[in-house]
Amino acid sequence: MLTILFDGIAYGMLLFVLACGLSVTLGLMNFINLAHGAFAMAGGYCTVIVVNRFGVPFALGLPIAFLVTALIGGLFERTLYVHVYAKPHLDQVLFTIGLVFMSVAATDYVMGSSQQFVQIPEALQGQFNVFGIGMGKYRLLIIVVCGLLTVALQLILTKTRFGSRLRAAVDDQRVARGLGINVGAVFAVTFAFGSGLAGLGGALGAEILGLDPTFPLKYMIYFLIVVTVGGTSSITGPFLASILLGIGDVAGKYYVPKLGAFVIYAIMIAVLLWRPQGLFARSAAR
Amino acid sequence: MPLADDVSAYLKQRARWSPLEIAFWIFAFATIWLFPGKYLIMKDTAILALFALSLDLILGYAGILSLGQAAFFGIAGYFSGLIAKYGIINEPVIALILGGLVAAALGFVTSFLVLRGSDLTRLMVTLGVSLMLGEVANRYSDLTGGADGLQGVTVEPILGLFRFDLYGHNGYVYCLIVMFVCFVIARRIVYSPFGLSLRAVKGNSLRAAAIGIPVKWRLVAIYTISAGFAGIAGALLTQTTAFCSLDVFSLDRSADLLLVLIIGGTGYLYGGLIGAVIYRFLQDWISTLTPQYWQFWIGLVLVVIVLVGRDRIGAGNEAVRNTIYRLCTRLMPRPAALRGAAPDGT
Repeated sequence: MLTILFDGIAYGMLLFVLACGLSVTLGLMNFINLAHGAFAMAGGYCTVIVVNRFGVPFALGLPIAFLVTALIGGLFERTLYVHVYAKPHLDQVLFTIGLVFMSVAATDYVMGSSQQFVQIPEALQGQFNVFGIGMGKYRLLIIVVCGLLTVALQLILTKTRFGSRLRAAVDDQRVARGLGINVGAVFAVTFAFGSGLAGLGGALGAEILGLDPTFPLKYMIYFLIVVTVGGTSSITGPFLASILLGIGDVAGKYYVPKLGAFVIYAIMIAVLLWRPQGLFARSAAR
Repeated sequence: MPLADDVSAYLKQRARWSPLEIAFWIFAFATIWLFPGKYLIMKDTAILALFALSLDLILGYAGILSLGQAAFFGIAGYFSGLIAKYGIINEPVIALILGGLVAAALGFVTSFLVLRGSDLTRLMVTLGVSLMLGEVANRYSDLTGGADGLQGVTVEPILGLFRFDLYGHNGYVYCLIVMFVCFVIARRIVYSPFGLSLRAVKGNSLRAAAIGIPVKWRLVAIYTISAGFAGIAGALLTQTTAFCSLDVFSLDRSADLLLVLIIGGTGYLYGGLIGAVIYRFLQDWISTLTPQYWQFWIGLVLVVIVLVGRDRIGAGNEAVRNTIYRLCTRLMPRPAALRGAAPDGT
């Protein structure tokens, strides 16, 4: 029982790191980015290549995954995404689904369609036993890393100048522009950073979520659930939503394994019916 | 009242079948004799076209963005497969209509979920519904066959007369006729005052409500109708292949559908039909070139379409259509060609 809770929290933390970039970009630009999972996959494959082929230590592989994905994200934002912001939602959906298809096929072409594994150092394998609860070392690492990241993100968002600019831009883009905030630049940085986080999450999660070319399609739904349920106006909303989702999914798959992801979808629809703007959204009138 | 007469005369004028449309359908039925070796792919195209037509009704005419049309496609597919397998109803046409009704009932129930929230919420809810149905179909695998698919569907001859043959000739003719009937119904719907009111809702739902259009019920109605059409497409697929698998509920299916509609253009009914033909042709062609990676090129097509701009492609479309139309009218001059004249009573 407690093990399930533990696994669920680790899973939820992971989902949060994967999805928080998406939630910010959605809130900021009202941009539906279904291709977010592609960046996560890029991070995962980057780690696989760096760690398995070049023998770089795992601890160094994670920051490399972050940097590489952030670079890719920034590049894509400046060259491609920039043209799509002003277009209707239908165009955004089509555009990003197109990117997902391309990334799936391209990864398949380059890396093959089989599942990839990251070599995790010996020290991180195995379990602790605390008060009869089995805790995987690797999962504990995930919780620690993701927890630290969450705190750091929250601090950046609330304490720094960039954070307040970002929040202003999310709340009301036009007024923020009027006050001289360069929303485009803020957005580009945020997008790159969010993609980097997704890449890091993909690298960390390769062990738990599995990594194969269909990753962006498989987990796209989960990211979107986090974002729609959590709302886009804060970090805490998506955070709580992803923890809930993580625990719900692990528990659902453990107790009613045959129903699979049914529980999650049902919860999502119920929440969206109850609060269409998300569970933790402020009811700010726009 | 002269104004009412003018309006109805204008509506009738708009709803008239143009020579181009007649030519389109003559060609569509001529394919039965023109390409006898290609029945299977043409049959798939016809089903895809009907499916895309159903999405066009809600996307092009009511502005509802949906990634969950597969839910209706799938439920009717399974329903018609199951009733045929267990010998409850083996006659395809009746099963087809029943499948459509079941899907429409599901559409009616879920339409209330779709009416709430923004585009993203709609996307998620529609997608969630189809994924949930997929999970349910997987769960009750003793009934639906689970991941192996529903096998052993036996379909009787159509109307007791025409058997589904090995070459797919009768299957294709059947699909084509069903598609044509559905198209005529859809055409009647969108050119009616009801269809006009939908366009008003799509344009500006607040103003539409202000002039007395019951926005909510209009959307519920069109969503239900569209679900019914999607269901008929799904039932057709099951009947003609005698098989139904979990893949009918997948996200890919709904995403492909959007692509089909975007290639053809939304909001004039033929978009889905033309898009389906182009898409199938493209898919067939690319997958013979690179069997494993055809998805990449489909994705590239999507990205390019958006970057170039749908409206520009639409404008190109329009120009071609106008040219052909002008040619047609020149060849077959019609009396009283009041095309586009405002109904101002003069």
